[in-house]
Amino acid sequence: MDPVADMPVLSLRHAAKSFGAVRAVVDGTIDLYGGEAHALLGENGAGKSTMVKMLAGVHQPDAGQIEINGQPVTLNNPAAAQAAGIAVIYQEPTLFPDLSVAENIFMGRQPLRAGRRIDRKLLREQSTELFARLGVPLDPDRVCRGLSIADQQLVEIAKALSLDAQVIVMDEPTAALSATEVARLFEVVTTLCGSGAAVLFITHRLEEVFEICQRATVMRDGAHVLTTKVAEVSADDLVRAMVGREMPTRTQAQHGTVSGQTVLSVQRLTREGVFIDISFEVKAGEIVALAGLVGSGRSEVARAIFGIDRYDAGRVLIDGQPLRKVSPAAAMAAGIGYVPEDRRLQGLVMEMSIQQNVGLASLHRLQRRGLISSASERSFATDWAQRLSLKYGRLTDPVSRLSGGNQQKVVLAKWLGRQPKLLIVDEPTRGIDIGTKAEVHRLLVQLASTGVAVLMISSELPEVLAIGDRILVMREGRLTAEFGYQDASEESIMAAATGQFEAQAS
Amino acid sequence: MTALTDRGQSARPARGADSRRLTERIFRIRESGILAVLIVFVAVTTIVQHRFLSSTNITFVLTNTTIFALLSLGETMVVITRNVDLSIGSVLGLSAYVSSNLFGHHHGISILVVFAVGLAIGLACGLANGLMVSLGGVPSLVVTLATLYIVRGIDTLIVGGNEVVASTLPSGFIQIARANIGGVPYLAIDIAVLVGLGAYYLRSFRSGRELYAIGSSPDAARLAGIPVATRISTAFVVSGAIAGIAGVLWATEYQTIDSTAGTGYELQVIAAVVVGGVAIFGGSGSVVGAAVGALLLSTITSALYVLGISPFWDQAIAGFLLLVAISLDRAIAVRLLAALRLRSSRAR
Repeated sequence: MDPVADMPVLSLRHAAKSFGAVRAVVDGTIDLYGGEAHALLGENGAGKSTMVKMLAGVHQPDAGQIEINGQPVTLNNPAAAQAAGIAVIYQEPTLFPDLSVAENIFMGRQPLRAGRRIDRKLLREQSTELFARLGVPLDPDRVCRGLSIADQQLVEIAKALSLDAQVIVMDEPTAALSATEVARLFEVVTTLCGSGAAVLFITHRLEEVFEICQRATVMRDGAHVLTTKVAEVSADDLVRAMVGREMPTRTQAQHGTVSGQTVLSVQRLTREGVFIDISFEVKAGEIVALAGLVGSGRSEVARAIFGIDRYDAGRVLIDGQPLRKVSPAAAMAAGIGYVPEDRRLQGLVMEMSIQQNVGLASLHRLQRRGLISSASERSFATDWAQRLSLKYGRLTDPVSRLSGGNQQKVVLAKWLGRQPKLLIVDEPTRGIDIGTKAEVHRLLVQLASTGVAVLMISSELPEVLAIGDRILVMREGRLTAEFGYQDASEESIMAAATGQFEAQAS
Repeated sequence: MTALTDRGQSARPARGADSRRLTERIFRIRESGILAVLIVFVAVTTIVQHRFLSSTNITFVLTNTTIFALLSLGETMVVITRNVDLSIGSVLGLSAYVSSNLFGHHHGISILVVFAVGLAIGLACGLANGLMVSLGGVPSLVVTLATLYIVRGIDTLIVGGNEVVASTLPSGFIQIARANIGGVPYLAIDIAVLVGLGAYYLRSFRSGRELYAIGSSPDAARLAGIPVATRISTAFVVSGAIAGIAGVLWATEYQTIDSTAGTGYELQVIAAVVVGGVAIFGGSGSVVGAAVGALLLSTITSALYVLGISPFWDQAIAGFLLLVAISLDRAIAVRLLAALRLRSSRAR
């Protein structure tokens, strides 16, 4: 063993970070050694991205410390992290699209010649040399506009190399890459490790961990669970460590009786490069949960059903009637309600009042001779606020003043006011405190019991298991598994979502 | 811009040379396209009316272009950073009156002092714009729209019903706009040199490249540690200073200055900049292109005059050219993107 390898290049010890009431990271602990690729694993919301942002100098930890070569450091901003030798490669790099590859690498640090003028020849040579070291043929003179995500990442990696970064953090770099691009990236990672750099590799794909990483750290609910040499564990061990949670208690009564009448029928829906051959049904009174990793295409399917995005093949039926493509208006007329993932940007008009937001999808009912009646808007909103036990000051307050959970209730009220046949909810409880979460769950179950069909997209497995009557799992644009609520477990869903399902089945 | 550099380089990977040629071609299209329009326009006009290419008319067009091209130099530096300076017309007006009015009140005052006063007015306005945009975080469209009105208001307040008339101006001052060598005004040569220097600065200095970087992606610029606020302020200060100097030049050229001097000029300058191939959302374009854009627009004005066509068409044609420039820009961007995508997929 190399004696240098005993001392971690970078160590993060018991770091904690909260955003308001949300504790994103409770105990972030990781040691990175030179020459090693270290995988950081965890479910969505386990706190991986927050840890990356602490290392990148974007967020400052509330507690705990960061040490580089044994020396404690404070990373107040991205420049400080860069100076400390930490480079972060994001899933989608931020580059200057109008400038050349070489300029992107050396912006602000271009080699100079007499008179502080940029030495373009040296600039090109140094860039060419970096790409030669990485073993990739990228033209330093071309503009970055039009580069594939994989090539953009390589530009960022070249930049890290030019800065002599000791630690290179890659935040889900493979999520948007093709198989060949992933293979090339892995060669680059091996090269980086070979030159003595420490690589922190964040991924959802377990097979990648076994392919290139020497160590792995698993996080769960913001806390460090396990650090191990990859060679000493199996994929199952890692999945169990990632999930390893008490099963939520479910009562039989929570699962309402399904009436059997099909409300939504999706047939062979395909959008090239996004999702392929998606077929499923949702019956009246049923809650179907669509699980899978972020980026597996779940939200895109929902957006296609509601008519926001186009699709290339397949069809959507509501009550047996085909639904017009790319028309949210037609989807609404057919009785679909859609609660989007990002309620601040897509679900609400933040500057408008609570009552205006609640009434927004039901304006036709609130108008009289083309004018919105404020009185009927108010009574409509009051009615729904009571039904959903919304906590608010005044109905005329801007909706931005409410807490996340209550904002979500406003979005729900907006759609429930239309008495939809089918309600699509995308991550209904993201960023909501535990108490309100349970209320939202109760609400969805109640809604289903009145005969509404519910399609819920969720990354939170306990939620999926708690209220889903049926659970569909997507992975990389395909439906990979379907479970009844009796047969599903966090392990089986996670396995299907990460591609371990096939391995287990065989 | 990369394309401009040493084309003679031989030791280069083949693929690199290939795509260099591509970017080079695209770059050339941007400026050579508008140059072609200019040539065609001059040719057609000359065939119809031979008088158009007379030395008198050439001198006339060049004289009209000088201030226009000078202002587009400053405006380009601002537009490249994804900002806009709408106040230059008003700054020009204020500077023109205040500086030239000095001759009437301080007999025998040095011309240099007059220029310094114009420059100081421009610097002050540019600094105000720059600080409000970069530190206040207010969109430049709003800030400079406000200063457009404020500066024009101050101008009107100072000028009142007065005007500066030619008789108060010393002949040495008036001569600045008129002096020429073989029909080419010295001023036009000076400004051509200045545009050349501006182009060289933007291409070969870190701070110049950083202006492009800021316009190309403000977020990435911040992450790369570029002093964004300083750079943007500097661009506004330069644009303001240029507008101040342009005001004094305006006085030498028109000699009669009232409170309306330069009203609405900013829009013509922005039109020239965009016609000259500078992307209105920043990140690309050159000061040379912008100057050629200015030359084209003033050539059109003169051609319509020579052909005896109503000046109404002048503005209509300028507007039409603007649309052509923007659609051309869009078409090139789309095709370039497709070509580059194809290239990177083929490389795999």
